[in-house]
Amino acid sequence: MTVGTAPPRLARTARTAKRKGPARRRLMPHLVGWGFVAPATLVVVGLALFPAIWALWLSLHDSDLISSGEFVGLDNYREMVHDPALRDAAWHTVVYTVLYVPGSVLIGLPLAVALNQRIRGIGIYRTCVFVPYVTSAAAVGILSNFVLDPEFGIVNGGVKALGLSRAGFLQDPDQALYTLVAVSLWWSVGLPVVVYLAALQDVPRELQEAALVDGANPWQAFRNVTLPQLRPATTFVVIWQMITALQLFDLVYTTTKGQPLDSTSVIVYYLYEQAFKQFNAGYGAAVAYALFVVTLVVSALMLRRSAGGAAGARS
Amino acid sequence: MSGFMAAGRRRDRRWMLHVVLVPVAVLFAAPLVWMVLTSLMPDADLNRLPPRLLPDHVTLDGYRKVLTENDYPRWFLNTLIVSAVAVLSHVVLCSLAGYGFARLRFAGSRAGFLAVMVTIMIPVQLLMIPTFLMFRMLGLIDTLGAAFVPWLASAFGIFLMRQFFLSVPPELEEAARIDGCGRLGVFFRIVLPMARPAVATLVVFTLLGSWNDLIWPLIAINSEDTFTLQMGLSTFSGTRHTEWSSLMAGNTLATAPLLIAFLLAQRHFIATMSFSGLKG
Repeated sequence: MTVGTAPPRLARTARTAKRKGPARRRLMPHLVGWGFVAPATLVVVGLALFPAIWALWLSLHDSDLISSGEFVGLDNYREMVHDPALRDAAWHTVVYTVLYVPGSVLIGLPLAVALNQRIRGIGIYRTCVFVPYVTSAAAVGILSNFVLDPEFGIVNGGVKALGLSRAGFLQDPDQALYTLVAVSLWWSVGLPVVVYLAALQDVPRELQEAALVDGANPWQAFRNVTLPQLRPATTFVVIWQMITALQLFDLVYTTTKGQPLDSTSVIVYYLYEQAFKQFNAGYGAAVAYALFVVTLVVSALMLRRSAGGAAGARS
Repeated sequence: MSGFMAAGRRRDRRWMLHVVLVPVAVLFAAPLVWMVLTSLMPDADLNRLPPRLLPDHVTLDGYRKVLTENDYPRWFLNTLIVSAVAVLSHVVLCSLAGYGFARLRFAGSRAGFLAVMVTIMIPVQLLMIPTFLMFRMLGLIDTLGAAFVPWLASAFGIFLMRQFFLSVPPELEEAARIDGCGRLGVFFRIVLPMARPAVATLVVFTLLGSWNDLIWPLIAINSEDTFTLQMGLSTFSGTRHTEWSSLMAGNTLATAPLLIAFLLAQRHFIATMSFSGLKG
């Protein structure tokens, strides 16, 4: 083996030694490799890892966005525990997440199953469901203020025509958060649908048909054959939508700005206000870090649970 | 015989599916259709009870107003510049890096890829305060550069392209290399044209993200002639909340480019989701 490969390698080295020198020749593939990956890697790492460390440093200082401030140790983190506005924002975020994530699965999955059938015009149906996803938060905000206006909005027009009393929607402190959940689901359920559609196309049709031939009804075939195969897709959807929900900001900014009566103030909105309106940059960084850690822990728990569940199903 | 019956039953069920899907499709599309209709109605028709569903007569007043009475054209141009730079840079840098990580062997490639993947976990909210401070030091705040620099490349883009190149057999490139093409030559002449579905998906996601970005421009930009479209629209809606026709005209114009891009790239989407392993 060594004997077999030695001569050509020697010959090559000898040839290139005259031109470039063996060291340079040996370095070449590494330089080419880094030449390919370095620009993108530098941008990504430079704009993420480096600021992430900086944010940690900031969270230990009482920076006001102008000066870096004094070192205060864990004071910012301690302050979070005693901040009633943050506690409210965290609670609103939890309520929103707890409704939005299951909603994404419970609406996304049946829709994807329906859109996976081979019928005429299925492309048009698919497009309709996904189209809101490409609309911006600003556009969705203006649109929902228009459609859901308590007095002039078309939805209340319909509600009144049915003889029911008008709803306040985004202007009622008791309804605003739930209205935001509904608008968000309309806006973004296209993503879970696409993920489930992709997963459904990998479930072999023969498998389902075999179950039907064996006497299972369509629901049993779906429940016992298709659904277990969709587990990884569900894990992805749940984690992705949870991260999205915990980071809710744009829609709040373009509709309620945290109002009425702070009933839609969520964590990221609160942290934005703290850092860039009240100039409590150190405190804002601490809140961001806490949110990051919570997100990581919850994601890890979900991944572990789903892996454990899959192993359990297999055994 | 039983085949006939099965086919008959299936056709029945298909008919039922339309009954379910038509209202669903209407529910999702109607607000956007109404957005376009509203942009063509005179304000007088909109500010009355109950509001009109269909215009009596079509008018382009909303479009005229939104394009002449404020900085809207400027915001549109700003966003166009930001998104064009973002998409171009994203496609070139992320495909180069994705190809490098998938195909080339070099010292530190694993560590490099790992560093990139770790950043996927870090949320924007954590980064925005230090990034703001960093950009202020670099003199980028309140310029269009502040809006597009974070979009030059992304971990998601690198990952997507790497997954794509891993799913393509390397024989074709090897043939081209034997024919005397250099690494870069092979990349631009053979590899990139082959990667069309992945590139299409990357273009749409980058366009979507950079065009619709709101929180970062809100932080990094504050003078009105550097506003992006989304910033402009959301401030505009606060000050002129009864001029629905021009608001909706602005909305329609801001949504149209993304809609067109999405419709063009749509057929590549689900395929890309499959090979990238995004579904889990």
